[in-house]
Amino acid sequence: MTVAEKKDLKVIVFQLKDEEYAIEVDYVTSIEKMQKITRIPGVPSYIKGVMNLRGVIIPVVDLRSRFQLEEIDYEENTRILVLNKDGDEIGFIVDGANDVIDISSTDIEPTPEVVGGVKEEYLRGVVKMGDRLFTLLHLEKILPKVKD
Amino acid sequence: MSQSEYLEVFIDESEEHLQAINDNLLKLENEPDNMDIVSEIFRSAHTLKGMGATMGFEDLANLTHNMENVLDLIRNGELEVTPEVMDIIFDAVDDIEEMVTDIASGGDGSRDIQEITKQLESLQGIETEDAGEEVAATATAAPTTETSDEIEETFDEYELTVLSQSEEQGYKAFKILVTLDEKTMLKGVRVFMVFETLEEAGEIIKSTPSAEDLENEKFELSFVVTLLTHESKTDIQKRIEKISEIASVKIEEVNVKQEKQKKLALEEKEHQEAQQKEEKGTKGKKEKKPSQQSSSPKEKSSSNKKQKGMELNKTIRVNIDRLDVLMNLFEELVIDRGRLEQISSELNNNELQETVERMSRITGDLQEIILNMRMMPVEQVFNRFPRMVRSLSRELNKKVKLEIIGADTELDRTIIDEIGDPLVHLIRNSLDHGIETPDERVAKGKPEEGIVKLRAFHSGNHVFIEIEDDGAGIDKEKIMNKALENGVVTDEDLEKMTDQQIYSLLFASGFSTAEKVTDVSGRGVGLDVVRTTFESLGGVVTVDSELGKGSLFSIQLPLTLSIIDVMLVEVAQEKYAIPLTAIVETAIVEKKDVYNAHNQKVIDFRGKVVPLVFLDEIFDAPLKNEEQDFYSLVIVHKGEKVAGLVVDSLIGQHDIVLKSLGNYLTNVFAISGATILGDGQVALIVDTNELIK
Repeated sequence: MTVAEKKDLKVIVFQLKDEEYAIEVDYVTSIEKMQKITRIPGVPSYIKGVMNLRGVIIPVVDLRSRFQLEEIDYEENTRILVLNKDGDEIGFIVDGANDVIDISSTDIEPTPEVVGGVKEEYLRGVVKMGDRLFTLLHLEKILPKVKD
Repeated sequence: MSQSEYLEVFIDESEEHLQAINDNLLKLENEPDNMDIVSEIFRSAHTLKGMGATMGFEDLANLTHNMENVLDLIRNGELEVTPEVMDIIFDAVDDIEEMVTDIASGGDGSRDIQEITKQLESLQGIETEDAGEEVAATATAAPTTETSDEIEETFDEYELTVLSQSEEQGYKAFKILVTLDEKTMLKGVRVFMVFETLEEAGEIIKSTPSAEDLENEKFELSFVVTLLTHESKTDIQKRIEKISEIASVKIEEVNVKQEKQKKLALEEKEHQEAQQKEEKGTKGKKEKKPSQQSSSPKEKSSSNKKQKGMELNKTIRVNIDRLDVLMNLFEELVIDRGRLEQISSELNNNELQETVERMSRITGDLQEIILNMRMMPVEQVFNRFPRMVRSLSRELNKKVKLEIIGADTELDRTIIDEIGDPLVHLIRNSLDHGIETPDERVAKGKPEEGIVKLRAFHSGNHVFIEIEDDGAGIDKEKIMNKALENGVVTDEDLEKMTDQQIYSLLFASGFSTAEKVTDVSGRGVGLDVVRTTFESLGGVVTVDSELGKGSLFSIQLPLTLSIIDVMLVEVAQEKYAIPLTAIVETAIVEKKDVYNAHNQKVIDFRGKVVPLVFLDEIFDAPLKNEEQDFYSLVIVHKGEKVAGLVVDSLIGQHDIVLKSLGNYLTNVFAISGATILGDGQVALIVDTNELIK
């Protein structure tokens, strides 16, 4: 990570409840509007099910539910961030995708103890840009475990 | 075509013939008086010999020849079919197999066959001379055609045309046989002089050997020249005789009509011979594997392939990766086809509907072809077992009968390639540890002959292969003691374990319960390897046993069929797909016909008690449908066990593409995958095997 942090990062900023979060744009393959999700029985409740993304079936995680935030009904602004980590695709349901911005690694500050109720382990740091404050997510920690 | 291009055909066919020989030898052992079987073996051996000789594999040809002689004796009733005789023949077949394997892996197929040849010859005794006579007879038969008085010369189509045309123009055609004096020094010069003399008299249209060879003195003493001329036979004779060092000149007029007839007759003969050869070939092939004459299209095409293989080499080898790519592309096509079908039924446009229907039919055919390309009957693996069981049981002094059931069950080729070795292990295990010696069996009141059943069948998304023996069964106590001894488990573990779990300890590494370690099995590595191999294929191995009665090893393998036929059902407003292979039938039962037994709802269905599985409960559906007076059931089976899945409604039968749920969602209970429906939505595929206890 040392190399990456020296460089500038391009991140996607998205909305979750009343906070803004960011994730590296390299992981994001597309941003989709909300679509029909097929429920999978017997899985953790934050996994909402699977959806058909251009012929590929990918699991969808509700990020509010993942972070134990209250769940709301999906609306016009709700988006699914489709991420690709090591070839496995997964969708994250967020309240809205706001922006793509460049940040400098020096802008990343250590996470305060508690940010909006999201557990510290999921976070990589806090970025302050002008009057905007958003939290950089730790993708590896958020993703469900991949089984062999 | 070069030899190497034939090599693959040779190897393929040799393997087929060897298999046929093996199968028939086993049959012969059971029916020693059935001469039809001997004839079939003879035919296969004969073809093998012919192919071996053509390809220049002498050891192979010699050995098969010797084997053929022995078979001939059996056929003529001069030699009896005894186990000893069979052993020697089997050994010979083994040797031939080794040779073919060697050739297949790039060797020259040579092998020390002295020992086995001696054994075969000792069976033949004096009769070995017969073979010699036979060869001599054919040798003398060949040159008879040469002895006639006529000058031997054949003309091709073109030459015959020239001959008949010049005849019309008043030319005469002569065949001139010129023989040079033995002492001729410069043959080429003499030939030149003869040619020059003849060209003065007319036109030379042909010479045998060719003019070029004659100039280079590539001939013995005589040659034939065909000349068109107006001059008379005697004039020509005189002209040539003037040249010195000519021993003799013989001139014959060419009768064009006769030549034409001769040619026709020759062609006819060749044609007939070729046809006979072909007939013989195809006949042999057809009779070779009567059991394979089932009507699946793949087998038909492969037998066509066999008939023409030698002449045209109509098969090509395709890397399985390419088939995978083809398959993936086709899957996309199937999804779009589903979408198109839906759109066209919504738009209700006649022309569109017709086109889409046509496309559906074509893609349907295409699908069958692509799938069939990858599927092979398990027979490919199973057919080597009868032989193995025979030799093993002799080695172990046990009497064992192998019953094979469901050899036509088809599996993906990649799986077929892998399961051979582990199955060998399991069968060996059954023979070595399972089946008792005849004495023990009699003492226990069992028939002397033990039975090992090898069974393959489809069930849901899986193929099951079972190996069942009626032997001693597995001694639980022994396993437990051994497992404790080896530190595989602790006392506490054992207490909690079910019988099945205890049996499964057999598959732990470093485990062997046989009291004496034999050559066959019992080194304790076998079963461990077996389990790992099957697991790497996505399979599951289970053991069940009853002490004194026998044991059952069951292997569940995935079909890896990526396109499957399913019944779509609706459960609490969600759509699920149930593989058609798992479904026995669908039914509707009234609620009052449902009984409770041991806290389990059951129905009496066709005289059987069938437990009900409520899919909405299993899948904890969030939405409940209003209660109805009856249940819609999909009766599914796993092997012989059945269960009734309760659904809200049946939607219909569909071809769907099996998709995985990805690496994040593995081991979802009772869901084996997902598929994309015509409307783009995802439906889950039910793994019925997990629902049947």
